[in-house]
Order: sequence, then structure tokens, then C-alpha cells
Amino acid sequence: MKIDVVVAQMSGVQRPDLERWILKKWVKPDMGCGEYEFCEIDVARARLIRDLRDDMEVNEAALPVVLLLLDQLYDLRRRMHDVGEAIDHTVPAEVLVDLVVHLAKRKL
Amino acid sequence: MDDPYKTLGVPRDASQDDIRKAFRKLAKKHHPDLNPGNAKAEELFKNASNANELLSDPRKRGQFDRGEIDAVGHEPQPSYRDQADGEAGRRYARGSEQPNGWNDDAFSDLFGSMFNDARQPAEAVYVAGRDERFSLTANFLSAVNGATSRLTLPDGRVLDVRIPPGTSEGQVLRLQGQGGLCSNGGPSGDALIEIQIAPHLFFTRDGQDIRMDLPVSLVEAVLGGQIQVPTPTGPVHMKIVPGSDNGTTLRLRGRGVPAHGAKPAGQLYVKLRIVIGAPDAALEEFLRSWKPEHSTNPRRVMEDSL
Repeated sequence: MKIDVVVAQMSGVQRPDLERWILKKWVKPDMGCGEYEFCEIDVARARLIRDLRDDMEVNEAALPVVLLLLDQLYDLRRRMHDVGEAIDHTVPAEVLVDLVVHLAKRKL
Repeated sequence: MDDPYKTLGVPRDASQDDIRKAFRKLAKKHHPDLNPGNAKAEELFKNASNANELLSDPRKRGQFDRGEIDAVGHEPQPSYRDQADGEAGRRYARGSEQPNGWNDDAFSDLFGSMFNDARQPAEAVYVAGRDERFSLTANFLSAVNGATSRLTLPDGRVLDVRIPPGTSEGQVLRLQGQGGLCSNGGPSGDALIEIQIAPHLFFTRDGQDIRMDLPVSLVEAVLGGQIQVPTPTGPVHMKIVPGSDNGTTLRLRGRGVPAHGAKPAGQLYVKLRIVIGAPDAALEEFLRSWKPEHSTNPRRVMEDSL
């Protein structure tokens, strides 16, 4: 998706905003044929930055910290997901039951 | 969908400001990206967003208040979380996710590595150098006469930008090879620098011409004489003819924006503004006894046209 299309679809975001975010590496579209090419996640991320800035009053000075923490959170979630999937596929059924019972006893 | 006023917890006569504040408060609490995996938060955020969208638009709010439209919720756009949780999310990974997947150390590293490594800057994914845009505010005379201005980029690089004579507001200068670096050995992008021009205290720009108001004394206006005029390229002498009226515009040929490219030098238009100055007893005394040679009513044109 080209930058013009992204800007047109996103209320409250002007092209210079998006270009600044790209410059700061908050959004990382691919570069193809001299133009930015946005994937779905790049668009969603730009929308998230807009929400943080406009709806949640995280100003642009504080945004890098928030994005860093969010990125770490999602790193962790992806890893946990991998672990869960690995356990699902490798651990015998009776062990899985034990695991679930054990975890259920712990209070979050 | 529920009553949007109840959803946001505001009275029906809430101001736009109250509505915005109420929504922001809820957004900070329930945004799905701050509560990943929490379906209840997602639902609450969706309701708050829909309510805010309806009530923050005075036209839609009016229609709703008059019962012309219902509070119809619609599905939010694809969320960041949906993307970030999946494979696509690796694009923004901060930790050292093993490109080859998990290994023996992976379990002990599960939590340790990512937070330790998180301070390393994420690698850019650009495959070719890209043009980068910057903005530079030049002072008025630098833009007219040309100058070199130093610009510090967000990444710490310092560029000396040559502003050519006659640069106009919004003009974009291209510095070849000063933009984004290329990660695969190709050429770097260019730096595109958009010039903003700070206003001047007394000069204004009109294309190639420059205009200014020039204060003159009553004596200079009535009796005429040589006066010194500041111009963008330094002071010049100008003759004022006796009896020059307030608002008279004089032209100093070639003293506007200097010639550049195919454009010839512009003119400097000087508009006289008569300054009476501090009260002066002798002047008052003279004017009381003064019988004008040609007595005229300066407002006659206005009165005739009514």
C-alpha cells in the first residue's frame, strides 16, 4: 500500500506525521522502487501511534518509551505462544493434564 | 449498542471537551494494545470508540439526540494486536528472536535475552536508500541574498545547506546522497529540505519584488530631500520630491530580490509613511496661524461617493 493511500484512509494523520514516524523508525514500511510500501502491520502500527497520541495523550516525546515496552510485550507474547504450541505438540496427553492442573492451582 | 452517553459516563448535556476527556480516560484503560488477550477490555474499548465517534461529531450527536439515528456500532479497523501477535509482528521485534528458531538455550533465555537486548536499536528494513525530508527555517535576508545554513538532522548528522539567492517559501532543496543510507550497496537517498522563511521586521516579499513602509518626517515629506533607505543588500540614498504625500510609493529599481537563474532582479517598493512625532509647541503655533494656499477637504472623495 502506498503512503498516499494510507494517509487517505487514516483520519487525523497527515503525510508529514507519517513521514516523521518513518524517519524515527516507529513505522518501518518497505522501500520498493523509490516509494514506501506499507504492509498491513505498518498501517495498523501507524493507527496505534495515532490512537496513543490523540486518544491517550501520549505525546511524541514519550512515544518511543511506550512503543519499546509494547514491542517487548509482543515479543514475549509471540514467544509464549511458541512455547505453548511446542508443549501442545510434544508433551504426552497425561502430562498436559498434570500441567493444566498445576497451573490452575496458581493464582495469577 | 448501549446508550453512548452511558458508555462514556457523561450527562446528555456534556460539552465536547467533557466527551473527549471521558473517552481518553477509557481509552487509556481499555485500549486492546495495552490489554492484549483481554476480550473484555477489547469490548469496552470498542464500545467507547463507537460512542466517542458518535458524540464527538456535533452533527451526528444532534441526529442521535433527536432520535434520527441509532447508536450503530461498527467493527473497528484491524487492530495492531492482531498483527503483532502473529508472524508479521517480528518486523517490530526488539529482542533477539533467533532467526533459526529455538535452540537449547532458548528456554533459559526466554525472558532474559529479550529485555537485555532490547536496547539495541532495531535494524532498519529499508533495502534501498530513500529520500528523507527535512524542514529548515531561513531568515528573510538569507533567503533573498543566499546564505549557507547549518542543519542538524535527527540522527545527529550536520548538513551545511546552501540556500541560493531568491529562495522562496516552501521551495525544496535537494542534497544528493544525504538521505537514507542504502543497506545493499546501492546509492544513498537524497535529503529534501523544505525552506520556510521567517518574516522580516519591515520587508515583505512579493515574488521577485520586495515591499517596505518607510517612515519619513513631516519636514522630509513637505520639503523633500535625500534620505537613506535600508535595502536587503545594504543602505542606498533616495531622493524624495518636495510635497510627497503619505502613502506615496517609490520604486528602487533592481533593489528587490537579486537576479537568479532566468529571473531578473526585482524592485524594492518603498511606501512613505509620514511620522508627525512628539507634540511640538512651535509646530502647533505655526499650524494655528497657517492659512493653506489651496484649502481642500481631504475627505471630499468619500463624501461625494455617499
